[in-house]
Amino acid sequence: MSLDRRQFLRWGAAAAAGAALAPGIRLIELAQARSPQEAASALQRWGLLIDITKCTDCDVCVTACHEENGVTGHGRPETDAQWIRKVHLRDKRTGYAQTLPFMCQHCEHPPCVDVCPTGASFKRDDGIVLVDKHTCIGCRYCVMACPYGARSFIHETVSGQKADAPRGKGTVESCTLCVHRVDRGETPACVQACNRDGGKAMVFGDLNDRDSAIHKRLRTEPSSQVRPDLALNTGVRYQGL
Amino acid sequence: MMRIAAGIIAAVLAVAGFADAGEKRAHRVAMPVVKIEKGETCVAPTEEMRRDHMTMLLHQRDRTLRQGLRDSRFSLKNCVDCHARRDTGSVLGKDGFCASCHSYASVSMDCFECHTPVRQSRAASASR
Repeated sequence: MSLDRRQFLRWGAAAAAGAALAPGIRLIELAQARSPQEAASALQRWGLLIDITKCTDCDVCVTACHEENGVTGHGRPETDAQWIRKVHLRDKRTGYAQTLPFMCQHCEHPPCVDVCPTGASFKRDDGIVLVDKHTCIGCRYCVMACPYGARSFIHETVSGQKADAPRGKGTVESCTLCVHRVDRGETPACVQACNRDGGKAMVFGDLNDRDSAIHKRLRTEPSSQVRPDLALNTGVRYQGL
Repeated sequence: MMRIAAGIIAAVLAVAGFADAGEKRAHRVAMPVVKIEKGETCVAPTEEMRRDHMTMLLHQRDRTLRQGLRDSRFSLKNCVDCHARRDTGSVLGKDGFCASCHSYASVSMDCFECHTPVRQSRAASASR
């Protein structure tokens, strides 16, 4: 069978019209599953919702994160890297105590990216803020710029890294939202651990997808950002803060 | 006449001696150990890999990190998976696939300052 150009174009137009008949379904598919051949896109924005009222005194999220990413210390809390930490809050007058996990807030307008002199600190199209350690020169401007104190500098030679989380002396690092897991379609290690062994306080999902659990919760329940006055539009939101 | 002939013979011997010394000097540097542990063929022909593996890795790293394109073909993880030594599980160390060639060529590589040189068994990563 031979195909002339005109006929080919006609068929192409028909196929395009067919695809456009169900635009909603198509878009949701795109937003949920991404093949390894498909780049991260701005159609998605990954985020976390942490319900502090459910957050218990455990630290399974911290342990799971550091295990997943091979974050090891030298028993020197002043300089050891910290990707996620438990923060304890206590009202001085009433004595009401709360605890919450705290990590890189994955801002829409990240100050760490603004100040980076080499472009190593960057935001991926799907909203995950990362450090490109190939170009990081270890100047630590981003450590200073981050209002959340989320970044750590690696002071000492590292060994025993995980294949998915390269870490090396002289570079800055922070929570990656377990980007290697997200690219596989999984949830970050902290979320998985919290839902398995912890207080089931964390929800991970696409902030742009109206059908995602996180979008529904944010739409119907009160939530807050940390330091909303900075207008950074964080990807990590808290409830009960 | 005899003197000239003796001179020529001496010169020839001297040159041969130098050449011999040069050969010996070359052998003082241990030849790289290229032992393929796994798989029949690499992701590209050997000549291409020898010449361009650094370029492939460079492009792949930017695609992976910045765009999230985790195509495993030219990934460092894929290199290590096949080329790590069976006994040590590493591409570094004596006779390590990466280390032995790079030390022969006297080219330093910074990959393993951050990346792990050790093969991650697929079973271990699946169970995690």
